[in-house]
Amino acid sequence: MTRNTQPLSLRVPEPSGRPGDAPDFSGLKLDVAGAVDRPPVDSRPVQMTDLAFRLVRVLDDEGNAVGPWNPRLDPDTARRGLKAMILTRAFDDRMHRAHRQGKTSFYMKCTGEEAIAVAQGMILSREDMGFPTYRQQGLLISRGYPLATMMNQIYSNAADPIKGRQLPIMYSARDFGFFTISGNLGTQLPQAVGWAMASAYKGDDKIAITWIGDGSTAESDFHSALTFASVYRAPVIINVVNNQWAISSFQGIAGGNETTFASKAIGYGLPSLRVDGNDFLAVWAATQWAEERARTNQGATLIEMFTYRGAPHSTSDDPSKYRPADEHDQWPLGDPIQRLRQHLTLIGEWDDEQHEAALKEAVEQVRAAGKESEAIGTLGQSRPSVKEMFEEVYATEDWRITEQRGEVGI
Amino acid sequence: MSEAYSPADQHDGIDPDMADATETPASISEGTGVVPMNMIQALNSALAVKMTEDPNVLSFGEDTGFFGGVFRVTDQLQQKHGLTRSFDAPINESGIVGAAIGMAAYGLRPVVEIQFADYIYPAYDQIVSEAAKMRYRSGGQFSTPIVVRSPYGGGIFGGQTHSQSPESLFTHIAGLKVVVPSNPYDAKGLLTAAIEDDDPVIFFEPKRLYNGPFDGWHQKPISPWKSQPEAQVPTEKYVVPIGEAKIVREGSDVTILAWGTMVWVSLAAAEHAGVDAEVIDLRTLVPLDIATIEASVKKTGRCVIVHEAPKTSGYGAELSALVQERCFYHLEAPIGRVCGWDTPYPHAFEWEYFPGPERVATALKAVMTGGAR
Ligand SMILES: Cc1ncc(C[n+]2csc(CCOP(=O)(O)OP(=O)(O)O)c2C)c(N)n1
Repeated sequence: MTRNTQPLSLRVPEPSGRPGDAPDFSGLKLDVAGAVDRPPVDSRPVQMTDLAFRLVRVLDDEGNAVGPWNPRLDPDTARRGLKAMILTRAFDDRMHRAHRQGKTSFYMKCTGEEAIAVAQGMILSREDMGFPTYRQQGLLISRGYPLATMMNQIYSNAADPIKGRQLPIMYSARDFGFFTISGNLGTQLPQAVGWAMASAYKGDDKIAITWIGDGSTAESDFHSALTFASVYRAPVIINVVNNQWAISSFQGIAGGNETTFASKAIGYGLPSLRVDGNDFLAVWAATQWAEERARTNQGATLIEMFTYRGAPHSTSDDPSKYRPADEHDQWPLGDPIQRLRQHLTLIGEWDDEQHEAALKEAVEQVRAAGKESEAIGTLGQSRPSVKEMFEEVYATEDWRITEQRGEVGI
Repeated sequence: MSEAYSPADQHDGIDPDMADATETPASISEGTGVVPMNMIQALNSALAVKMTEDPNVLSFGEDTGFFGGVFRVTDQLQQKHGLTRSFDAPINESGIVGAAIGMAAYGLRPVVEIQFADYIYPAYDQIVSEAAKMRYRSGGQFSTPIVVRSPYGGGIFGGQTHSQSPESLFTHIAGLKVVVPSNPYDAKGLLTAAIEDDDPVIFFEPKRLYNGPFDGWHQKPISPWKSQPEAQVPTEKYVVPIGEAKIVREGSDVTILAWGTMVWVSLAAAEHAGVDAEVIDLRTLVPLDIATIEASVKKTGRCVIVHEAPKTSGYGAELSALVQERCFYHLEAPIGRVCGWDTPYPHAFEWEYFPGPERVATALKAVMTGGAR
């Protein structure tokens, strides 16, 4: 046996910058727009492993849509997407302020990540099922889910659709293809795969889509889901939203410095794409590609959505304590709203006036919903009947709950 | 059949993972009538009948497809119902239960097998945080009617990782139902009820009882199921409702609360101690048939609880508290508990660990003379 001649040392990865440092994104490998091939959807995963290390981009720096992934989106659809992203951001801003005003206990923004849920929510049908984590509010918003209903849950008021039983933002909207959100990270992934397996088992035509953060890919359930998705060829789209941060831990702590998150699918024999998540058109194109695979019974695709979490993790978080203050502003892939705006403007389908009007309209819409919801009550002003606490634990109530309800006097 | 469990056989090199595998196929030919079945066959029959009746019922787990499970409970289901109805799953318990939850949310009724209850812990989060809470947390939009079947309990020389009784961990979780049959007839009827139930059901199968009743006298010969009345099982569908306990022996001196293998141990202990014990097989831990328990303890004035799991925070603690709350003025002695010790399950000391009739008899005599200890 050989003895070590030198002492070992433990490596703990560190991000490229901490508070006070200048943001440094020089380590990122970013393909220019249009550089990455678009393989036919029936390509075998082993023939396209390079896509897991590249970056699918459509919009170039000037706002042109270029290259083989250009989805050639019709301007009306693109405008609807832009407006939905604007509305999502306006909603986030108001709810974040509502927290500061003590109207809710908690809120989580998706600032900078709007393109992902909005585009994907628009592409897939409501008959399909989305298994979201907590930054996919854009999915509900892009599908016209009532903003006031979302707020009612955020305020835990008498009209809370979840009857006061769940955290704000952990929505559930079956009719909108939006599965109930769990606070336990990663659990939705094997569930999404199981749902997709069930559709295939029944010979139906529905597919599932799910999202997980970069940090949460370290959870066993991520790996469970990829195994099941691969083995049973489940018609599911699995998105890893790599927004660089998991609360204060940078993506390297989940293994993101050793390889890309997209490449994690390769060992499972799944096709994977790494996509500019701030590029609405790239998100659109990649999702359509994965959707077509799923709908033609070719199984699952993993998409790493490469983006940046602009806002604090949640209302309980202060990112200035762990990352350079202006890191988000320096993000080399820009802002999804600005980039789609620039594109539509460039092709003559949008202008500053329209943009201003859209911003105003979004704020108005959110304000109107806010008024409607606040009239019912904000946190502590009104709430669902306490009897809801005891209901729907079981399909039929058992004697323990009946007795305990009696102790409360209801 | 009983000899299959002797320590001597274990030392002949039987893999504990396979200790209970039966050589005869589990599946009983379909038809009408009542035939003697062991517990494996009865469970298999429940699955076969439900799968024939309802295309939304499917079964999967480790080795459960082609081979029919290491205990053969799912034997022939794949051959009868097809590859997509009964299939093998990766060795990934969280994935198995997580996928089942998604399927249930879709509208299916998956029945999954966790090969040994000792391996349910990787799936614990999916069961506890997800399945149990789905209806509640979604405001009634989604529900998860899954059945998680799992062989549990000791007495097979399975060591720490093939012997545990984790039922109390699940009884603590709002939203779950916990069922434990103790004989073939109940096993089929309860599993049928579990599959039809709209809530997630954790269904623990006492593997020591798969092939025959076991009364804890490990050095005495044991008869196979077919000589027992409980082995007379209808081949057709029937239901034993979830939530109803069964008085398996009427008596006037003391009430014994037991489930699974301990039902048989308790019956043997009553004979051995010469105490006229009323033995109640709980059959369902959640929801609990409190009325039957309460009536019995009020009648006998004494109560002994017997379970295989360690004593501390075992379900016996909950039962003891309930009996105390409801029957205090009828009690003539402190409530007794006979349980596994608060140690991991020890391989070489199985018969010192396993609560046998001798220990239960001691507890019975103690409550008869006024003190549980
Ligand atoms: C199982 C589990 N562990 C820990 C947490 C606490 N937690 C909530 S969010 C979070 C970070 C998640 O980061 P990531 O997956 O990258 O998603 P992001 O918030 O960046 O969108 C943690 C650790 C949790 N909710 N669930």
